[in-house]
Amino acid sequence: MSSQKQEEKSEELLSISSIVDVPYNYNAGYYVSQYLRELKENGRILGVKCPKCQKVYVPPRVVCSQCFVQTKEFVPVSDTGTVKAFCVVTVPYTNPNTGEPKKLPFTCAYIKLDGSDSNIMHCLEEVDEKKIRAGMRVQAVFNEIRTGDHFTDIKHFKII
Amino acid sequence: MERVAIIGVAQTKYQRNSPSSHDEMAFEVAQKALEDAGVSIEDIDNTVTCTNDFWDGRTISCMTITDASGSSKVPTTNVEGDGTLGVLMGLMRILSGHFETTLVVAQSKGSVGIPGLITNAIFDPLYERILGLDAINSAALQARMYMFKYGITEEQCARVSVKNHKNAKNNPYAQLPLDITVKDVLKSRMLADPIKLLDTSPVSDGACAVILSRESATRKISRRPIWIKGVGHCSDTYHLGDRDLSDVSALKSAAKRAYDMAGISNPWKEISLAEVYDAFSYMELMWMEGLGFCDRGGGGALMDSGFTEMGGSLPVNPSGGVLSAHPVLAAGLARIAEAVLQLRGEAGARQVAGAKVALAHGIEGACGQGHCLFVLGS
Amino acid sequence: MGRRTAIVGVGQTNHRSKIPECNGQELIAIAVRQALDSAGLMIKDIDAVVVGNMDHFESINYVDMWSVLGFAGYMKPVLKVTTGGTTGSAVGHAGFYHAASGLFDVVLAVGWEQNSESDTTAAIVTHCEPLIERDFYGGAIGGLASQYSAYMDRYGATEEDAALVSVRDRRNAALYNPYAHLRKTITVEDVMSSPYIAYPLRLLHMCPRSDGACAVIFAGEEKATKITDRPAWVWGVGSSHGATYLGDAIAIPGLPSLEKASRDAYRMAGITNPFKQIDVAELYLPAASAGVAWMESMGFCEEGGGPKFIKSGVTNMGGELPINPSGGVIATNCIGATGLIRIGEAALQVMGKAEKRQVPGAKVALATGFGGCLWSDVTILGSKPRLD
Repeated sequence: MSSQKQEEKSEELLSISSIVDVPYNYNAGYYVSQYLRELKENGRILGVKCPKCQKVYVPPRVVCSQCFVQTKEFVPVSDTGTVKAFCVVTVPYTNPNTGEPKKLPFTCAYIKLDGSDSNIMHCLEEVDEKKIRAGMRVQAVFNEIRTGDHFTDIKHFKII
Repeated sequence: MERVAIIGVAQTKYQRNSPSSHDEMAFEVAQKALEDAGVSIEDIDNTVTCTNDFWDGRTISCMTITDASGSSKVPTTNVEGDGTLGVLMGLMRILSGHFETTLVVAQSKGSVGIPGLITNAIFDPLYERILGLDAINSAALQARMYMFKYGITEEQCARVSVKNHKNAKNNPYAQLPLDITVKDVLKSRMLADPIKLLDTSPVSDGACAVILSRESATRKISRRPIWIKGVGHCSDTYHLGDRDLSDVSALKSAAKRAYDMAGISNPWKEISLAEVYDAFSYMELMWMEGLGFCDRGGGGALMDSGFTEMGGSLPVNPSGGVLSAHPVLAAGLARIAEAVLQLRGEAGARQVAGAKVALAHGIEGACGQGHCLFVLGS
Repeated sequence: MGRRTAIVGVGQTNHRSKIPECNGQELIAIAVRQALDSAGLMIKDIDAVVVGNMDHFESINYVDMWSVLGFAGYMKPVLKVTTGGTTGSAVGHAGFYHAASGLFDVVLAVGWEQNSESDTTAAIVTHCEPLIERDFYGGAIGGLASQYSAYMDRYGATEEDAALVSVRDRRNAALYNPYAHLRKTITVEDVMSSPYIAYPLRLLHMCPRSDGACAVIFAGEEKATKITDRPAWVWGVGSSHGATYLGDAIAIPGLPSLEKASRDAYRMAGITNPFKQIDVAELYLPAASAGVAWMESMGFCEEGGGPKFIKSGVTNMGGELPINPSGGVIATNCIGATGLIRIGEAALQVMGKAEKRQVPGAKVALATGFGGCLWSDVTILGSKPRLD
């Protein structure tokens, strides 16, 4: 087939754009509700303790995955912790929570808060990878106005 | 087929807007199923979860319940389809020889999203979606075709609703136990002609769990094991226009496979009760025909005869069926759980006396495109 | 008791970034036709179909029901398995269980993806907990990039070490695999001069987004030997979904789910020295860094030994343990199919049908799948019914 015919052929191929827009109203459930409420009202981070292995998990959840036992005891953990791993994201994409393009660059970090046995995922204030290392100590910076709707009651973590 | 039994079942109370999150519901039924079976999590060597991304509003929705369903430490997989298909997967994993005891957990929360938009997304993005098709109006198309072809009346469909909501009064898990009459159904709000509000299943949140075990591993359990005698599944084609919506060939094919495996040749005589997926009232009549309880077009007359009522020869949906509670994905698994309770003699006020062989049925896709059927026996 | 099961046919499309002349169903049809032809079968010989894809990636709910047109699923038993990135390998495993159970003799496993049709990253981000994780997630790349930054810190691995993996896989695709999406060789300099997308990962460390489909046919023992005289026997399967929360799963170093899944698969297959006993490996490396950091998780080298292992060249074509003769995921990533392509490529190797990318004399092949919350699947195939 000559290249012109090929061009014509590919021009014939149609595609149709559409948006699938489905709003959701998520239930926090009991455990996440406690977590969000404590963040909003007292500016404190809660973990939950497994009655069998005594591990403390943040964020709180209904079951210890290792023991398969229901967690019941809420335990406050420190707002300070250690960066276990991080990455600085520069690839553009749409934030599915807002439908808006994600603000870049941002640093996604896994942080082990003092008193917790698991890591939480949040973001760092610092976005220059040359200034960040695993093992650094960081502290939560809370928003002045907290709504309890969202984990963004903690604005980000700053390096200390 | 090697003997595999269901040794534990559990359900949440079905309701709209449950305050529990997905993982809290999953953990509740996983734990209760273990208690019911009298085994502990260490006895479970693999799991199957059933979740749907669109219904949950999360991609890889099975991730939400990995920990809560006991799937973090053992091999697991996720069947994104009706709970009956999840049990089939669990069964095959045991029959492969590599596992002994499978925990199957299905859940969904219809209340978190907008069902009309979620079911609109089932339809082809180029040809069908723009028409505004969803679960309810596509069902209306199917109902109309079925009724037109065989002379089924709206009253006969309404009778299904009356029966099932009344049966639900005996089921502590059901969402909609109701005392209604045919007149109430006919007068209820029209959603998409001929489907009215009381012909339709509700939006529900809920979870269900079932534990399967190879015969050799069932010796330690306390409860009576209920055996899987036969299973079949089959899918019709996709585009509504390519299908004869009044046709039940896919169900017939699945049923033939299940009946042959179970050695059943006269289903209307050999089966004690059936739990079928009646997402809409007319569907129960169609599925009766597909299951061989009567000839094609005989669903309405069968309903009129009282054959499928509590106290009839073959009670259908003693639990109240899907019309009384419709947690998507979990609903098919709940049919299995209910059938198991019946065969154990533990179905309380909804017990069918002397139940020995039961059917549990689930569907997949729009207008029952896919079907899965289990024959269970004590 | 179950029965021995083998792969008897494999088919795939020519994967590209955009295949506008086909929709998903048509892509599936191409792969299925090829698989059937390679096995000398007709669609009526297929007893059951297992299919997998993420509904959000295709933007179609119950996408398995939509896909039946692609594999002529009319009046066939159809079941859908979906587990995120591991979907392809989970579908492969499900196909295995269908046939091994004895309920079905010949089973078709299908995976596909039309990446060009959706905003995959936005869809992937929805896998996080919506209220407390989603705003902070860096996409699929985020977890991988974070993991490698920690591996670099602990063991002194470098971005150049990871670049070697990209160079290897892209070279294999360019020279040997006409089906691969990216078929141009690259150099370490090319990788290091590409921009960061999520420090420490650069553009050329990452897999592309591809459209494509794959079909693999499984058969029980009796049928398998009738269909082909060189089936790829399934020796071992392993699967591990370690966690719900990414914070729990990020364990440094290595990949715990891969360690567990490969241990289970090795035990089932009777493999005690993976590096020596495996002839070829098709690994699901979504980023080149995984090709450094995860080698120890499969028992190929000691802890922290990833960089040395890669630099030694043993994983290149012609080396002792060639990895990704097909070019792997770095050359082609049609997510719903990718895990299944690894299994299909491994099968082609032990069947002796891998054409230009054939590792001579390959008798034992390993395929892995990766996805979800850092989950792993492992499959081991052999040219004989069993190891001994």
